[in-house]
Amino acid sequence: MAMTQDEILTGLSEIIDEIAGVPADEVTPEKTFVDDLDIDSLSMVEIAVAAQDKFGVEIPDDQLKDLKTVQDVIDYVERASVSA
Amino acid sequence: MGNDATRVVVTGLGAITPLGADAPGTWQAMLAGTSGVRVLEDEWAQRLPCRIAARAAVEPTTVIDRVQARKLDRCEMFALMAAREAWADAGSPHVDPLRLGVAVASGIGGISSVLSAYDTLKEKGWSRLSPFTVPMLMPNGSAGWISIELGARAGVHTPVSACASGAEAIGYGIEMIRNGRADVVVAGGTEAAILELNIGAFAAMRALSLRNDEPERASRPFDRGRDGFVLGEGAGILVLEAESHAAHRGARVYAVAAGAGYSADAHHIAQPEPQAIGAVLAIRHALADAHVDAAQVTHVNAHATSTPAGDVVEAQAIAAALGPAASGVVVSATKSMTGHLLGGAGAIESVAAILALRDKTAPPTINLDDPEDDLGVEIAVKPTDLHARTGGPMAVVNNSFGFGGHNVAVVFTEV
Repeated sequence: MAMTQDEILTGLSEIIDEIAGVPADEVTPEKTFVDDLDIDSLSMVEIAVAAQDKFGVEIPDDQLKDLKTVQDVIDYVERASVSA
Repeated sequence: MGNDATRVVVTGLGAITPLGADAPGTWQAMLAGTSGVRVLEDEWAQRLPCRIAARAAVEPTTVIDRVQARKLDRCEMFALMAAREAWADAGSPHVDPLRLGVAVASGIGGISSVLSAYDTLKEKGWSRLSPFTVPMLMPNGSAGWISIELGARAGVHTPVSACASGAEAIGYGIEMIRNGRADVVVAGGTEAAILELNIGAFAAMRALSLRNDEPERASRPFDRGRDGFVLGEGAGILVLEAESHAAHRGARVYAVAAGAGYSADAHHIAQPEPQAIGAVLAIRHALADAHVDAAQVTHVNAHATSTPAGDVVEAQAIAAALGPAASGVVVSATKSMTGHLLGGAGAIESVAAILALRDKTAPPTINLDDPEDDLGVEIAVKPTDLHARTGGPMAVVNNSFGFGGHNVAVVFTEV
């Protein structure tokens, strides 16, 4: 069953809190990972792996580098889980 | 700029050890003759011949921020805790980042991270390895993290010389200031290796005490009943500072970090050279580097690990290096209480030597019930007053020796 955007945001916020210590209320769709949430590229890899496990989708490295904002990840996970 | 005349002083101390969560706590426990050695209850330990060790007095994950802890090996956590304490103890000085350096060592590095990453690799494959695996396992990780936290940009260094690493890092820090590369250097060593692999491997060398039924009596340097060392963990850090820099900011000064001496045994990869020629040379070089006469030396914090091979040879080396001045020197083996912190040993023992100089009191060597006959020096078995024997400043020496044949001695004096 497809997840809603809100469900993905909630799940992603939990991952980001766990790995990067950013409180869930700061993880809003327009935020960029690097500049707004101060998440480095290594932590981003960890977040991507955790997101793959949580949402059951693959995020290849060449896709990961284009996921700049929280909304980018939400859109990617939504598309990937529909096609899965 | 620095030169040979640049005096280096110690303005901050930090320690996380089996005896205490900080340097003052460690020192008080040492003076009280406390043993930090305990029985290991871990399931893995029950498969080993040695089931005792000296764990740090505080669990680092209860102190280090949860998110940062995900990126740190246990030895890096210890190093950061001790560095934070030392930096605060020094008054959290404002230092030009280009004049602030780090020299923090480890004998082994992030071995617990190596082992857990290897488990992950085998069970789940490479893609589930933490992206921080490499910076967690590299021995210079601790120095790097301290540099980042303090903004230290004069240079970050990690001498690796097994159990001499911590002392060598302090010597390197002294040198950085003397040769003008830095005004302030955060220097010391860290280790976190109380793991099945390490205890098993040291047991395979027959290097460990197997006194499992009497953990607090297992580490007994210079005693006839000694049967090996006890593994400890933790970190020690000094803030070293050019004397003029410390004076300019009105810093409290513990001691002069007067010099260091080095030599190599070139004899055996893990056994001491039986004539201790290398140890004697390191002590003599250190005194010469510090411009200290043997008669100024009142106290030696010995490397003395409680192994059958090493302790007597070291005592004789101290006697030989100091010559007639050896009579009246008080030698302490604080590993009797802390166990052996490997790459952290030279650092926490330098902290102990500096505090002994401050308080004019040598800490006890516990468990010395039946001393060897032919030591040639006085070993403190209780807190022992230190007395100046010349008109010059009192000096103390910290010895550290490492597998590979590394011999390092560091000298501290009164200001």
